[in-house]
Amino acid sequence: MAPIGLFRGAGRVWRRDMESWRKYYRSSLVGALGEPILSLLAIGYGLGRFVDFAGVSYAEFLAPGILAAAAMNAASFEATFGSFTRMTEQKTYDAILATPIGIREIVAGDVLWAASKALLSGTAVLLVAAAAGLVHSLWALVLPAIALLTGLVFGAMGMVVSARAPAYHFFTYYFTLVITVMYLFSGVFFPIESLPGWAQAAAWLLPLTHAVAIVRLCATGPMSPMVVLHLGVLFAALWAAYALAVRMVGRRLIR
Amino acid sequence: MSVSLHTAVGLEAMSDEMDDAIVEAEGLRKRYEANEVVCGIDFAVAPRECFGVLGPNGAGKTTTIRMITCFSPLTAGRLEVFGLPVTPANHRTIKARIGLAPQEENLDPDLSVELNLIVYASYFGIGRAEAEKRVRELLVFSQMKEKARARIDTLSGGMKRRLILARALINRPQLLVLDEPTTGLDPQARHLVWERLRELKRGGVTMLLTTHYMEEAAQLCDRLVVMDRGHIIAAGTPAALIERHVGREVIEVFTGGDALRREHVLALTRPLGARVEVTGDAVVIHVNGQMDAPAMLAALAGEEFVHRRATLEDVFLTLTGRELRE
Repeated sequence: MAPIGLFRGAGRVWRRDMESWRKYYRSSLVGALGEPILSLLAIGYGLGRFVDFAGVSYAEFLAPGILAAAAMNAASFEATFGSFTRMTEQKTYDAILATPIGIREIVAGDVLWAASKALLSGTAVLLVAAAAGLVHSLWALVLPAIALLTGLVFGAMGMVVSARAPAYHFFTYYFTLVITVMYLFSGVFFPIESLPGWAQAAAWLLPLTHAVAIVRLCATGPMSPMVVLHLGVLFAALWAAYALAVRMVGRRLIR
Repeated sequence: MSVSLHTAVGLEAMSDEMDDAIVEAEGLRKRYEANEVVCGIDFAVAPRECFGVLGPNGAGKTTTIRMITCFSPLTAGRLEVFGLPVTPANHRTIKARIGLAPQEENLDPDLSVELNLIVYASYFGIGRAEAEKRVRELLVFSQMKEKARARIDTLSGGMKRRLILARALINRPQLLVLDEPTTGLDPQARHLVWERLRELKRGGVTMLLTTHYMEEAAQLCDRLVVMDRGHIIAAGTPAALIERHVGREVIEVFTGGDALRREHVLALTRPLGARVEVTGDAVVIHVNGQMDAPAMLAALAGEEFVHRRATLEDVFLTLTGRELRE
């Protein structure tokens, strides 16, 4: 038996999550895809008729934001409720830790799984948006990868919260104070330039703001070198959250 | 009763240098903040033996197992598994060669019986074809062949235990660690697990077992240690422990908690020099070689009593006392 490295080990954990998901993928798909698509249609076209936007239709403005937010939500739910269940109630992590797979591989595998769900949700929104004629740039072809990256960031952040959570109710704080704040103030529904200066500065501290900015540049263009900066922020957030998650999950399970 | 560590325990026999020991602990300690739960224990597990760790709740059994299986870093002392110090650098190598059947059921509820084993095999880097072959063998071994596609929540407690045991064997471990393998099972299910464990033992698998069922220890263990409050308070083979701490037989006289009857029984036994233990509603007389057992039995005529062989349970209660530990 060859020793298992980080990527192969994470792959095994990812595979376990996928096998387990196959049992209830139908309901999961309806939840993951239905919500963002309905939001896009209802808000984009329903509310959009009353919104006067310079140059683009409101649905065109909204679609990239919904895509990034869908990736965030899908990954966040999986890495909190899903990972927490595996860490505590089901003791799945304990079972895996009795094998050559370690904490780093478990966290990486679960983050990758959360990101896979983000990829699925983000791609579904992309297909609907493209079908509705809301996508105008060939750069849109990289959007699944951006959804995946957004999912990795929020998956790792969710794992940090899971490692700290005493019980499920703790996630209410995270979703209300962090995820909902990002959903509303990261440029999904309106350009953050319309916020007061201090609030704009604060908004740029939120990872979702950068994800939305990248998606918008790719979907509706024109492409700008700023995209590199946004990507850099996301990678930095991913690295920091992953390192913290490994530390905190390790401290919780290895005592 | 108080136990003087060196006279009563016979540690000399246990800490003999064992060159090829599978597990070797020396002065092993574990402390959580101010609370020391394992207080400097020494033991060694030889290849192909079944080594038992007995003790009441809170004795430090599970913590010891957690240290051996790399779940819990040691606070002090020396701990080697397969001759390797248990350090983060060796965790992977050690865990690759251990099979762990934990106390708590942690099977994957969303996967079938078969898939539980196949997925677990993948964590050891076992290829799919080889995994499927081993799973077939293990399902036969654990008498779960017809349950291969069953969901976990449809299994009985005994089946779950057997599946956990099968899962612990998927990597053909050199050391099988069993943390209370039959707790909560009915007698039929328990005997089936014991039968499987004896078969593994005959096959040469080294086992480390914790339990608080004395019959389990007597059935399976070649050697054992009794732990209490983080210390090893006795060590040896089951027969030697019984002989040393209790004697061959016991007479249990039921007094119904009546102080007068208790005094009466004690008065009868005192001249015979027997060691006795007084419990809530009984007097337990340890019968040793020097005693005149027939005279004792004659003296007890008219009392309600049982005369039976001494068991590990007598040793356990003598050493750890009778008060509740939870």
